[in-house]
Amino acid sequence: MKVMGQLAMVMNLDKCIGCHTCSVTCKQAWTNRAGTEYVWFNNVETRPGQGYPRTYQDQKKWQGGWELNSRGRLKLKAGGRLRKLLTIFANPLMPSIQDYYEPWTYDYDRLFSAPATEDTPVARPKSLISGEPTKITWSANWDDDLGGGPELTKADPVLRKVSDQVKLEFERAFMFYLPRICEHCLNPSCVASCPSGAMYKRSEDGIVLVDQDRCRGWRMCVTGCPYKKVYFNHRTGKAEKCTFCFPRVEVGIPTVCSETCVGRLRYIGLILYDADRVAEAARTPDEKDLYEAQKSVLLDPNDPEVIAGARASGIPEDWLEAARRSPIHQLIFEYGVALPLHPEYRTMPMVWYIPPLSPVVDVLSETGHDGEEAGNLFGAIESLRIPIGYLAELFTAGDPAPVRLVLRRLAAMRSYMRRLNLGQEPDESIAEAVGMTGAQIESMHRLLALAPYGERYVIPKAHAEQAADLEELATGCSLDYEGGPGMGGPFGEASGTPAPIAVENFHALRERQSGDELERSEDLRGRVNLLNWDGKGTPEGLFPRRDKEDQ
Amino acid sequence: MNALDLLLWVVAPYVALTVFVLGHVWRYRYDKFGWTTRSSQLYESRLLRIGSPMFHFGILVVILGHVGGLVIPKSWTEAVGVTESMYHVVAVVLGTIAGVCTLAGLAILIYRRRTVGPVFTATTRNDKLMYAVLALVIVLGLAATVAANVLGGGYDYRVTVSPWFRSVFALQPRAELMAGAPPLFQLHAFSALVLFAIWPFTRLVHMLTAPIGYLTRPYIVYRSREPVTRTPGWTPTTRR
Repeated sequence: MKVMGQLAMVMNLDKCIGCHTCSVTCKQAWTNRAGTEYVWFNNVETRPGQGYPRTYQDQKKWQGGWELNSRGRLKLKAGGRLRKLLTIFANPLMPSIQDYYEPWTYDYDRLFSAPATEDTPVARPKSLISGEPTKITWSANWDDDLGGGPELTKADPVLRKVSDQVKLEFERAFMFYLPRICEHCLNPSCVASCPSGAMYKRSEDGIVLVDQDRCRGWRMCVTGCPYKKVYFNHRTGKAEKCTFCFPRVEVGIPTVCSETCVGRLRYIGLILYDADRVAEAARTPDEKDLYEAQKSVLLDPNDPEVIAGARASGIPEDWLEAARRSPIHQLIFEYGVALPLHPEYRTMPMVWYIPPLSPVVDVLSETGHDGEEAGNLFGAIESLRIPIGYLAELFTAGDPAPVRLVLRRLAAMRSYMRRLNLGQEPDESIAEAVGMTGAQIESMHRLLALAPYGERYVIPKAHAEQAADLEELATGCSLDYEGGPGMGGPFGEASGTPAPIAVENFHALRERQSGDELERSEDLRGRVNLLNWDGKGTPEGLFPRRDKEDQ
Repeated sequence: MNALDLLLWVVAPYVALTVFVLGHVWRYRYDKFGWTTRSSQLYESRLLRIGSPMFHFGILVVILGHVGGLVIPKSWTEAVGVTESMYHVVAVVLGTIAGVCTLAGLAILIYRRRTVGPVFTATTRNDKLMYAVLALVIVLGLAATVAANVLGGGYDYRVTVSPWFRSVFALQPRAELMAGAPPLFQLHAFSALVLFAIWPFTRLVHMLTAPIGYLTRPYIVYRSREPVTRTPGWTPTTRR
């Protein structure tokens, strides 16, 4: 047994309102640069829908992830090492910019510079790729909220698998939102696909990163990732991906997407896993068993044997404590409501989802029934094949049983808690019907509905004595800005030395966020804020004044 | 042999070699971030899918041919029974096919670079210079082969150019061998020296990091935070 730590996330889809705040704040923090216009480390898709990039889940077409060969061993779906090297000069399985969308801006200057005429001047869209005037025909969320449906929705690869039952007429349609970041998989096929060995999984916290100094732009990671969450920066010629906001989590604060989520639907915590058993579990013959296999790789942080193993592999005590308090472990095991996204890709994804019950409740209420009565809800979950079949294709490789159990538990929680809220006697039989106790349901309700910041995000800090090393690692260039040292060196626009990420800046940010005092209002005028701060120095107004320290 | 020959075939090769080696060392130390293929496949892949493999596989065969022709002495191949005419036929046929492939691939790539808007926008002046020199070297090389050995009566560069090439590395440069070679061969050799001199400063550096190691390394790469060996560059401060 080799115990390793993994930072994981759970998203409660019932609470996602599709506001895209996570996407926007993530973009402002990480990909607000030339070359990454089309890059969304975090995106929110409407399901059913085509996703981003278009139809990325269609692995017959894109060949992402792993598959089993005839001898039952894992192989990259897009081909082995030799095949990768032979197709390195032109990767046949790489999405083009049109599969994402051609980013654009508007010719705003015309609004000011146009001569006075009868007609109002118009700011025409201009492509950020070619600089030419363009016609906007697609974008990252073109089919948001079923826009363009049912024609566009039909192309959803997940929907095609459950197709004949599905009604896409608007009066009978269902939809929910699926926020996605990099899965930081236990068995990452992007890492396995990288010819340069520039991509790696951090052994302490399992975050998958691209070493910008070693990436040579061979583009195989884009093909390898079945979630298409590795992007190619077309200005620097290097791959970039979600970093799990490692400079933030290293100082104990959650990722930007979690921090800014208005629905508070994200949970972050540490889980322990047995690295020796990952490949074996990923080899499970039947796709439908992969969800259980994935769970079996994760370890119980209260098991003395696991604790001994963790100490043997050098995991610090405060990390073990964090693993014991992890909301992720509770949601996956104790309450059993979190499911992995597409376990059939065999990458062991580590961003888990609580499937949404809302479509069921909505449909039930519309028929005039009491949408929150346990018996009604249980019955509806059984009879509404559409959401269950669809959710099962997303989360359990098509096996409806685990999804049904999760939905029944969520339904039981609603009914059980409603009785309490109405001052009625708690009904233990509701809990028993889904294999739980009343006390468990109440603590699950607390975690899902009431849990404060400190319970949703249990993030052990990186050890400060190691931090000076960490800041120089990996993705320094991701905080570069146009015209900065990372761009425009002597050998083309992308050369030069990247600026390091300064950990102390994040300490300052953290202190400011958790401080009780607001800045004085006169300090706020004309100041540099986080969105336009280039990460260097301490501009006036961005941090609390020094003199306060002296007082 | 005059001073010009000395300059062209003794001084220039050593200058080019020095710049090539030190340039790469310098670039690797100071510009790892810029060390990339700068692929433009995201913008356009229809033409790239034809042009790029044609060029790259062509140039790989051409490089192998140059190793065979320049590095391996004629006496060695004759010792294993390869006659001059046998070598000649193989070299001309294989060399011409590979050369034409390379040139056609390069032509497609340059056409693509010029006509596809986003690709042209992403082309730097550095790239343009590199493309010009690279195309010149390939055209001259192909021209020398075709003129001397396909149309002409045949020229055995293995008694002039090849010994000169090896003599440079043996630190006993024999400029007189090159001085007597036909002008096309001279031009090809000199333009190649120019290419080697600009090589480390262009996107061609990606060749030196061809990912051969991928064939043997384990699939999943883990990296750890190393234990601290130096003083942290900052000290945490506490307010209030």
